[in-house]
Amino acid sequence: MKGKRFGTAVVLLALMAMVAATLLAGCGEKGMTLTEGKLQMGSDTAYPPFENMEGGKAVGFDVDIATEIAKKLSLELDVISTAWDGIIPGLKTDKYDIIMSAMTITAAREKEINFSDPYIDSDQSIAVKKGSDIKGEDDLKGKIVGVQLDTTGQFTAEKMDGLAEIQKFDTILLAFAALELDKVDAIVNDYPVNAYMSKERGKTEVVAKIKTDEQYGIGVNKENTELLEKINGALKEMKDDGTYDKIFEKWFSAEG
Amino acid sequence: MKILWESMPYLLRGMWITIKLALVSEVCILVLGLLIALVRISKIRVFRFLAAVYIDVIRGIPLILQIVIIYFGLVHLGLNLDRFTSGVLALTICYAAYEAEIFRSGIESINKGQMEAARSLGMGYMKSMRFVILPQAIRRVIPPLSNEFIALLKDTALVSVIALAEAFQRSRELMGTLANLTPLVGVAICYLLLTIPLMRLVQYIEKRMARGD
Repeated sequence: MKGKRFGTAVVLLALMAMVAATLLAGCGEKGMTLTEGKLQMGSDTAYPPFENMEGGKAVGFDVDIATEIAKKLSLELDVISTAWDGIIPGLKTDKYDIIMSAMTITAAREKEINFSDPYIDSDQSIAVKKGSDIKGEDDLKGKIVGVQLDTTGQFTAEKMDGLAEIQKFDTILLAFAALELDKVDAIVNDYPVNAYMSKERGKTEVVAKIKTDEQYGIGVNKENTELLEKINGALKEMKDDGTYDKIFEKWFSAEG
Repeated sequence: MKILWESMPYLLRGMWITIKLALVSEVCILVLGLLIALVRISKIRVFRFLAAVYIDVIRGIPLILQIVIIYFGLVHLGLNLDRFTSGVLALTICYAAYEAEIFRSGIESINKGQMEAARSLGMGYMKSMRFVILPQAIRRVIPPLSNEFIALLKDTALVSVIALAEAFQRSRELMGTLANLTPLVGVAICYLLLTIPLMRLVQYIEKRMARGD
């Protein structure tokens, strides 16, 4: 019995040592990116048209912009699909070099990570099933609103008065499935995404825009200022040489 | 530490939903599980076969998939259930399959002579089952059923997939808004506060019953 306990203790200690070693290793010196020659991007790839999986490959506005940035930095882009709620912890624990996932620059997030210069503007909006009575924010009183967990959509909905309930889904795709099946009455989420989803799937429509003046940025670890500067440089170059406009056109041309 | 303390009230409210989910499900599971077990050992072959199919099919599908199917899929059959009901239904359907097997093994572990003796006293099958076999069988399956309940309590976390704000979902929400992993530690402690006493209780019951036998 005693021998067994001792054995367990040794195993536990060994495990703890391993965890500690991994944690410490994360604190050491490192190059500009985690893996030489690669730019690894953490992204919640269920957020069209910014990032989405198509035939096993990540596609979207963010992916195209990131590909272009990687090219300018002579790196190879590697998209790592990540759950949205763990995306900042993932960056901080070195699972990838950058976050590019339609992430709004907010004061709370800036406490944890650095952001690049903003690369696109966004607002919130209300999407409903076609034929719904909801025409704007005032009609949401007493209604069930679907959002994606931990997004600015959730934060916007939480500021509204009189909602019956806010249901927080893991991905916006699940929230739309719930809206289309009458599980929720409306979705509050980024305007470009609500507009794109409604156009693509045809069962819903955007009835109101909520002006929030949000801007998306690329998330980089606080210590990694070198990479941040290079990304900002690449973004500026893209805007100057017209590649940014071309990518923007490709994904948002149909919108007003 | 501060974050842990501040996130606790929100997590505990989620834990209450977790507990409700587990308790309501458990009541349904015990009833359905016992029923399926009785069907599984009935004399009519078709019934036996159907119960066996149910048990195999349900045990062969991931629980998380069953939850999503029940929440989103049943709409197409005209059944638009809310998240809590969907969660209870999925957990019940799934765990009833496992617990039916436990009930069955319990019933079958009672010596055949007991049934024969009861019948020879003039009791019918149902009456013998109800008054002679089941009271003994249920006593025997209390420890394994309790273990299943602990497993159920933990599996309620899967219901977060349909956006029910139980404890696990809330810890992830806090992890995202605070960009900090501490709430996960908080919720782990919450689960342990429930599961460890339950595990001890099961051990205690097992010991007492071993003495009784």
